[in-house]
Amino acid sequence: MLQAEDYLLGETAWCPGCGNFAIREALAAALAELKLQPHRVLICSGIGQAAKMPHYIKANGFNGLHGRALPPALGARAANRDLKVIVESGDGDSYGEGGNHFIHNIRRNPDIAHFIHDNQVYGLTKGQASPTSDPGMKTGVQVNGVAMPALNPLALALVLGAGFVARCFSGEKEHLKETMKAAIEFSGYALVDILQPCVSFNKVNTFGWYKKRVYFPEAVDPQNWAMAMELSRQWDEQIPLGIFYNRPRPTFEESVPALEGEPLAFRPFDPAQMASLQDQFF
Amino acid sequence: MEVNILVGGAAGQGMDTVMNLLGKALVREGYGLIYTKDYMSRVRGGHNFSRLRVAAGAPWTNIEAVDILVALNEETYLLHRGNLVPSGRIIFDPQFFALPEDENRGVPVELQKLAEEAGGKVMANTVAVGALLVLIGLQTKTVENLLRETFSGKEGVAEANITALEKGYAAASGYCSACFTLPPKSEGGRRLFIDGNQVLGMAALAGGCRFLSAYPMTPSTGIMNYLAGKSREYPVVVEQAEDEIAAINMALGASYAGVRALTCTSGGGFALMVEGLSLAGMTETPLVIVVAMRPGPATGLPTRTEQGDLGFIIHAGHGEFPRAVLSATSHEDAFYRLNKAFDLADRYQTPVLFLSDQNFADTHRSVEPFDFSRLSYNRAIAGEGEIEKPYKRYRITESGISPRVLPGKIPGEVVLVDSDEHDQNGNIIEDAETRRLMVDKRMRKLKALAEEMDEPDLYGDPHPELLLIGWGSNYGVLREVVDALLASGMKTAMLHFSDIWPLPQKRLKNLLPFVSRSFCVENNATGQLASLIRRETGLSIDRLILKYDGRPFLPHEIIAEVEKDASS
Repeated sequence: MLQAEDYLLGETAWCPGCGNFAIREALAAALAELKLQPHRVLICSGIGQAAKMPHYIKANGFNGLHGRALPPALGARAANRDLKVIVESGDGDSYGEGGNHFIHNIRRNPDIAHFIHDNQVYGLTKGQASPTSDPGMKTGVQVNGVAMPALNPLALALVLGAGFVARCFSGEKEHLKETMKAAIEFSGYALVDILQPCVSFNKVNTFGWYKKRVYFPEAVDPQNWAMAMELSRQWDEQIPLGIFYNRPRPTFEESVPALEGEPLAFRPFDPAQMASLQDQFF
Repeated sequence: MEVNILVGGAAGQGMDTVMNLLGKALVREGYGLIYTKDYMSRVRGGHNFSRLRVAAGAPWTNIEAVDILVALNEETYLLHRGNLVPSGRIIFDPQFFALPEDENRGVPVELQKLAEEAGGKVMANTVAVGALLVLIGLQTKTVENLLRETFSGKEGVAEANITALEKGYAAASGYCSACFTLPPKSEGGRRLFIDGNQVLGMAALAGGCRFLSAYPMTPSTGIMNYLAGKSREYPVVVEQAEDEIAAINMALGASYAGVRALTCTSGGGFALMVEGLSLAGMTETPLVIVVAMRPGPATGLPTRTEQGDLGFIIHAGHGEFPRAVLSATSHEDAFYRLNKAFDLADRYQTPVLFLSDQNFADTHRSVEPFDFSRLSYNRAIAGEGEIEKPYKRYRITESGISPRVLPGKIPGEVVLVDSDEHDQNGNIIEDAETRRLMVDKRMRKLKALAEEMDEPDLYGDPHPELLLIGWGSNYGVLREVVDALLASGMKTAMLHFSDIWPLPQKRLKNLLPFVSRSFCVENNATGQLASLIRRETGLSIDRLILKYDGRPFLPHEIIAEVEKDASS
C-alpha cells in the first residue's frame, strides 16, 4: 500500500514557512488514505505558487493557463470519468482570472474537488491584492489600501448551488486532510477554501492572525443551507472552519447520456460504421 | 437550361422553410442544386433572402439572374425586380401589396389567406412551395412525403401542411403551368442535400470526435447544433461553455484525457481562444479548431462572409509552435479534410485550424454520398508495450513527436503536461539548455507536417495563360469562372488552396512564373493569401480581385475584372 510519502515528488519552489507545504502533505496523506493510485488521479492547476502542485505530487497533471484550471478539469472528466480530478490553485487564479469558470462550473456541478490555496494575496507576482484581500490592505499597487470588499467564495458558491462547501486552515493539517478526503469522495463539485499564510507578501493575515481567529463551531448541520451561509459570512474576529454544507445534487456527468458506461477515451471506434449518419440528408 | 429562384422577405417570415422543403424535394427528384442564404443579424424585420439555383450536374455557385421571385413582402420585389429575367415570374400575396400596373409577370397567390384556410397562417410558406411547384412543373408528391417525415408523430400538422401545399398548387395553376423547364436530372444515384456546417458536424462525429465545447457564434453555431442533436444517440459530449476561453481549455482537457476534441467559433471568439491555442502548442495536445469566418474587425457583419482572418489564424498565439491550417473549399472535399485535421492533430500532437466562412457554412448543395470508409481514426496513442519506463511525456525524439499515452491507462505511469517550459517529464524548468532542446523538439515536427500538405487543386487548361489563385469557399465560384473563360477561348486555369499552412509551394513554383497573367481572388481587403505566397516563395501575383462587402463573389464580378484587365 502506498504511504503519504510515496506521493511526494520533486523539490518545491516555495518559501520556507509557506502554507503550501502543509497543504501538500495533507493532500498526499488524503490520497494515500483513500488508496487512490497515482495513475487514477489527475491534478489540474492554473498558474501561481499553489498551481505548481502537479509538479510536487505523484499523479497525472495538467498545469494549464492562469485562471483556467477548471475548464480542462471538466473536459478531462468528460473524456474519462474514472479519473479522480482535483483542481489546485490559488485565490487569484480561481476567483480573479478564473472567476467566470468558478461561477459556471459550480452551476455545472462536475465531480471535481477544488482546493483553493487562499492566502489573500498574489504571491508569484509579488504582493498585489487578490480578490479575497481584506479592505484596507496596502500593497505596491493598492497604494491607498484595497478599496473593495473582499470576495466571499463560500457564500458565492452557496448562492450558486454548490453541494459541498468547506473552509480549512493550513495550520490545522489533520482537519484539512479529513476535509480533503470528504471533498474527493463527494459526488459533485466540492469547494474547499484553504486559508494559508503567505510569509513573503501578506504581512496582515499571518499564521498568527489566522491561528488566533479560527475555531471549530459546534453542532454544524451541513444539510442546513441558511446555517452554512451564516457560517461562511463569519470573518474578522472569529473564523469558523469545517464542512459548512454537504448536500449532493445531480452532477454534470449524470446529465450526459454519452458518459454512461466505459470512459469515452477508451471506447473502440470505426468510422466505417457511421455511414448511416448521412441518411437524414437524402 | 437552369432555373434560379429567389425567396425574400423580412426576418422571421420563413424563407428557409420554403428553400429547405423545395431544395430537398428537388434533390430527391434527382436535380442538382445550390442554395445560399443572405440574412441580417436580427430575428424579426429587415430584408433576408435565399437563392436556389437548379442546373445540370451540381451548380458550384449562385448567379445574379432570377427566374422566379417569391416576394413575401413588397421590399423584396422592389429590391430584386432588376435581376428578374424578362420571362420571369413573381409569386406574391395580393392581400399585402400590389404590383405596378405595367408589371405583367405576377402570379398572385393569397398565401396567408389560403394558409389560414388550411389551418393557420404559419403555413403561408407551404402555400408558396405549392405555387412554386406549378411553375417548375413538378407534382406535389415528393413534398407531401417530406412534410409527413418532417411532422412524423404530428399527423394533424402534416395533413394541414399538405392541404396548404395543395391550395398553393391550385392557386398558381391557372397562371403559369410549367413555364420553366428544369435541367436534366443528375445520374448515378441519390444525392445528399446538406449545408457546410452539417458536413463538418457529420465529418467530426464520423471521425470519432467525442467532445465539442463551444460558445454560440454565427456562422459556426450550426456545427454545435448538429452535434448536440446527435448527442443522445451517439457517444459525443457537447458542452456550451461560459466563454470561448473556457471552450478551448475544456477541449484541451478532454483531448489530454484521451478523446478527439473539437471547438468551433468565428473570428471574435477565436481571438479569445488564442492563449489556449498557444497552450495546445506548448503542451503538445491535439486539438481541432473550426473558425467560420465573418467580416471583422470586432463584431463586424455577424451574418455575412469574409476571408479576413487568414493572416490572423496563421500567426495567432504567443510564442512559436507548429500548427496546420486547412480550409473548406467544397462540401465534397471538406468532409474528408476535416477528418485530415483530426488525423494531423493526433499524429503531430499539435493544434490544427480549419477555416470555414459564412459562405461555406450556410450553403446547401446537392452532393454525392460520402465514402465513410475513407475516414481515418488513427489516434497515434502508444500502448504500454511501446513506451520506455518510467514514462516521459516529452521524451526527446528525432521526429520531435514523443510517444503519447493516456492518463489512467497504464498503472504506475502518470502523464504530466505543463504550460511552463518543461523537461522531458513535463516538470517546470528554467535552464537554457533544456529550453533550447524543447523548442527544437517541438519545431522539428513542422518539417514532416509540411510534407502532409496537399498541393493546391489545379483546374482548367493544363498550360494556362491566365491563372486564378484562390482558397477556401471561393472554389465554387472560381470553377464556374474558369469554365466561362475557357468557353470564351481564354486559356485559363485556377490554382486553389485547401491546405494553406505550412504553405505547399511546388505547384505554385512550377506554374506561377510561367503564366502571362495571374490573379488572386479573395474575400478580403488586403489579399492575405497573395501576401503569404509572396512572403513564402518570393513570387508575386499580378493582380488582386478582392471583395469585402460581406457578400460572396458572383461569377460575373470576377469575369468582369479579368476582362477589364485583359483589355487594358
